[in-house]
Amino acid sequence: MLYLTREEERMLGGEEGPAVAKSMELLVALGEVFGAERLVPVESAHISGVSYKNLGDAGLDFLEEQAGLGARARVRATLNPAGMDLDLWREMGVPEAFAEKQLRVIQAFEGMGVELTCTCTPYLVGHVPRPGSQVAWAESSAVAFSNSVLGARTNRESGPTSIASAVTGRAALYGYRLEESRLPGKVVEVEAELGTRLEYSALGYLTGELLGTTVPYFKGIENPGLESLKALGAACATSGGISLYHIEGVTSEVARIPSEALRGLERFSVEGADLAEAASALSSGVDDPVVCLGCPHCSLEELREAAGLLRGKTLRRRLWVFTSRGVHREAERRGYVAAVEEAGGRVLRDTCMVVAPLREMGWREAATNSYKCAQYLSDMGIAVRLGTVAELVEAAAG
Amino acid sequence: MRLQGRKVVGGYAEGEALVSLDPVSFYGGVDPETGMVTEPGHAVEGECVTGRVFVFPTGKGSTVGSYVIFRMRRMGTAPAAIINAETEAIIATGCVLAEIPLMDRLEADPLEALRTGDFVKVNADEGFIEAVDGRS
Repeated sequence: MLYLTREEERMLGGEEGPAVAKSMELLVALGEVFGAERLVPVESAHISGVSYKNLGDAGLDFLEEQAGLGARARVRATLNPAGMDLDLWREMGVPEAFAEKQLRVIQAFEGMGVELTCTCTPYLVGHVPRPGSQVAWAESSAVAFSNSVLGARTNRESGPTSIASAVTGRAALYGYRLEESRLPGKVVEVEAELGTRLEYSALGYLTGELLGTTVPYFKGIENPGLESLKALGAACATSGGISLYHIEGVTSEVARIPSEALRGLERFSVEGADLAEAASALSSGVDDPVVCLGCPHCSLEELREAAGLLRGKTLRRRLWVFTSRGVHREAERRGYVAAVEEAGGRVLRDTCMVVAPLREMGWREAATNSYKCAQYLSDMGIAVRLGTVAELVEAAAG
Repeated sequence: MRLQGRKVVGGYAEGEALVSLDPVSFYGGVDPETGMVTEPGHAVEGECVTGRVFVFPTGKGSTVGSYVIFRMRRMGTAPAAIINAETEAIIATGCVLAEIPLMDRLEADPLEALRTGDFVKVNADEGFIEAVDGRS
């Protein structure tokens, strides 16, 4: 049986209103399913299930009802991407009916006191949990980053559970919230030379396929940089359900892993040829793709790089870059946005290619440097080519 | 027949059993407008879950499935109760949101003990179900 404090009992009993009671009921039910002994306070939440494309009327109904019942975030809560740039949706080709519903979703979250960050990279816009802190994050790529790079503790929350944690400030104590669940389960020896972010993304994709949900311990990765870690984790979480990875000499919890914990673990080795093979499995032939960057959302460094590659060029094809409002503001100030847009590209905020209604927007083909994006777009029936940023810019310039 | 089990979401409901040997995805696999199972090749494809005690091994697919269960309840197309062999987060979340009784870990495998057409009373609050053979 799950133990509740007196305050938690009161919340469950409805003394803090129906929205808190419902949220508590959800956390308790899941806690019992997963064998949690108690709840823990969480310092923040990151909420997924924002795009109307995924939510549909089912999700919209629920969110509006919760907001109407007085659901309010009692810890810091940020929001995942929506299905469109909240200002530039007409230009994106998003249908009016979709936009109307999407804006209602955003309004419901605003009513709950959630920060309308609309990004899958909250950690790039100032939402950075402390090492060892308990948080309730949804969005699989942000979960992987938060657990692995920042050393915070979260399970892979869903839309409803991340909202419930925001509203109650609690989560059930099980899974990656417990020290013993955070130990590695398999060793991945990286023999391949990793240069580009595309290669990190390929390594992540391959690792997820090999390991499923097991925690990997990578050896042989040096000085990866934030953008590479972001790409690696996003891909790991796409092909598998990896929510936490360790990299020898790099990530935050490696020093705490006792050496005997690695002994006897099954080992995989990944060579350069394996990465190339992973790319060919997801890539198909494309004639006239929309080039899209920013899965997960571009960092300032990635925008600087794109601007550098595009400066002085004239694009023949569409090139869309997706980022958060926070990063966009800074990139605008530094002239990166202007460099991309003067070449004929577009920098969009609040959304990305994975959660926008691409089919309704008329997309048939795309090119990207992200395996996560490639997987989701293939699932939508859109033909995808994978390439490095430099190759993609070259292709868009024709 | 009376079987003890684990209450995941409380409540009481009764109805005719619909037993699926395949896991169920409510997102994309069930039409919330009609309550019909639409996943091609699924064990109970073409069956309607509305008002029935829906018995299946576990949930699968997108977490959006939780919201679909909620919407079905609002539209009046939801199952009366759900019994899983071993439940998971998507189904459990959906049943909490929709206030649908949910039980799992019965003392006998529900996929063998129950048949489509049996009349089943799900007393999740008390942690047991009672079933009457649909053929008798």
